Amino acid sequence: MAGLMVSFTIHAEQFPVNLGTLLTEEEITRANITIYPDGQNLPNGQGSVLEGRKLYNDQCAFCHGESGTEGPAHRLAGSIGLFSIWDPLRIKRIMEVNGLLVMSTGQQWPYATTIFDFVRRAMPHPTAKSLSNNQVYAITGYILYLNDLVGEQDLIDKNNLPQIEMPAFKRFVHAQ
Amino acid sequence: MKRMQTAYIAGGGLVERRSLLLGGISFLAASSINQAVSASEGNKIIGDDFPAWSRTLGGGDSAYGQPSRYEHKVGRKLQLPAAPENSGTTGWLTPVQDMRGSITPNGLHFGSHHFGVPDIDPEKHELLIHGMVDRPLKFSVENLLRYSMISSIRFLECSGNTAINGLAPFSGDESCQDLYGLVSCAQWVGIRVADLLGEAGLKNGSAWVIAEGADSGSHSRSIPLAKLMDDSIIAFYQNGERLRAEQGYPMRLLLPGWEGNTNVKYLHRLEVTDRPAYTGHESGLYAEHLTNDKMEGFSFTMDVKSVITHPSAGQLLEEKGFMKFLVWHGQVTARYRKWKFRQMKEKPGRLRNCIFPLVTKHLPIFPFPGNGMENPQSS
Repeated sequence: MAGLMVSFTIHAEQFPVNLGTLLTEEEITRANITIYPDGQNLPNGQGSVLEGRKLYNDQCAFCHGESGTEGPAHRLAGSIGLFSIWDPLRIKRIMEVNGLLVMSTGQQWPYATTIFDFVRRAMPHPTAKSLSNNQVYAITGYILYLNDLVGEQDLIDKNNLPQIEMPAFKRFVHAQ
Repeated sequence: MKRMQTAYIAGGGLVERRSLLLGGISFLAASSINQAVSASEGNKIIGDDFPAWSRTLGGGDSAYGQPSRYEHKVGRKLQLPAAPENSGTTGWLTPVQDMRGSITPNGLHFGSHHFGVPDIDPEKHELLIHGMVDRPLKFSVENLLRYSMISSIRFLECSGNTAINGLAPFSGDESCQDLYGLVSCAQWVGIRVADLLGEAGLKNGSAWVIAEGADSGSHSRSIPLAKLMDDSIIAFYQNGERLRAEQGYPMRLLLPGWEGNTNVKYLHRLEVTDRPAYTGHESGLYAEHLTNDKMEGFSFTMDVKSVITHPSAGQLLEEKGFMKFLVWHGQVTARYRKWKFRQMKEKPGRLRNCIFPLVTKHLPIFPFPGNGMENPQSS
């Protein structure tokens, strides 16, 4: 009976398995691709908006449209509104376009660093993680340019990317 | 009242003593006539009175069993093809209207994929835990399978479930599967996240964990540490077998009651931090538009929802039969408690019919009598 009771109450704390092996610094650096809003973990390198335009037209425009507004995939620049369910024009807007083309990355995401993070890990959709850090800076810059947030001659790097104030920053309910 | 008793006998259930006696008398009366035909009875082959499947030897079985071929119409339905206009997202909808019971069979569990279904070799897959920990660790799948695991019967729901109506100008005339098919329920078995974080040792000030998958988009979400230390598991088994590839093989996060997107599939990295990363999905696609024109990225729980699964679009309520509905909730709210209390007080029979006991964060199915049914439990 006592044996039965014990077998029902075995928890990990009482019976630790502890089979993890220590990670090396090098292993962590290779795997850690998270970029934070303050720029933490952004790599060295830089990319120009002009170079970004070339890359964008070559590798992104097929799905996102030439100006980042026409789709068919998720809209990257501008918006036609749609914030509140009480918005009187909501129905008209939804009827006009696909739901993914109402809002956009540029108008919805509160931090520019997220664009770098997402493009580097997940884009281009069929061939993710195929761009160099410099190329990701360039494409990030071009997406910001399409949203009128940087100039045509600008260079993007780890110092100025976290400084860019996104229109959605004030609209976002931030984590406590 | 009389009709009800007859139905019970016909149904092969309870047989009254009186009806047995009456049946005995009529048998005695008929036996003398039957003597005349006893000669032909000797030649009778009973097979003539049975269907083909009762006369021929059945077929073989297989290594992995399949549903009856007569149930071939029950299947998931593709919500969105993986086309650019859907941002590469595909959704496979559970046929909630065809199911009865709380557990969704693995082949019918809904799927929602932003980056396709990766083909991960478990021998080459590792889980990394690093960041604000005393000992950054990595684990092979083989080693993790040796850990103590717990069972968790939980529903999982895509936060886009029923969004069709939310994004449409008018409510759609769609089937239950089309509107509500992004919710399923399974018995998930896995390691408590708290156990593995404890092995790595949390540093003071740690408050968030960035969970990342091994799919082509390295899907990532910022998860409050408190949730991971509470009831979250890293699931390896789904209804008794290893996770299906489309459910995150070889392992996934399972955060009971939280929106599907945070239950990171193909889990390969947990980065402990003091703040969220504002990943792509929490910044945009999965941020909620509030009525005050604000957007909330860190909204996690799925609230109370319910739907009548039978009769639903494309079905009729039979003259005699049961209505069935689903109720589920990701957090115990005052509203839900009130509803549950009222049900128990006013309609105890309804809850007796419930297939599973009411437990938080799974998917109970309630059958309850339809209009035409004479049912002893209907009031």
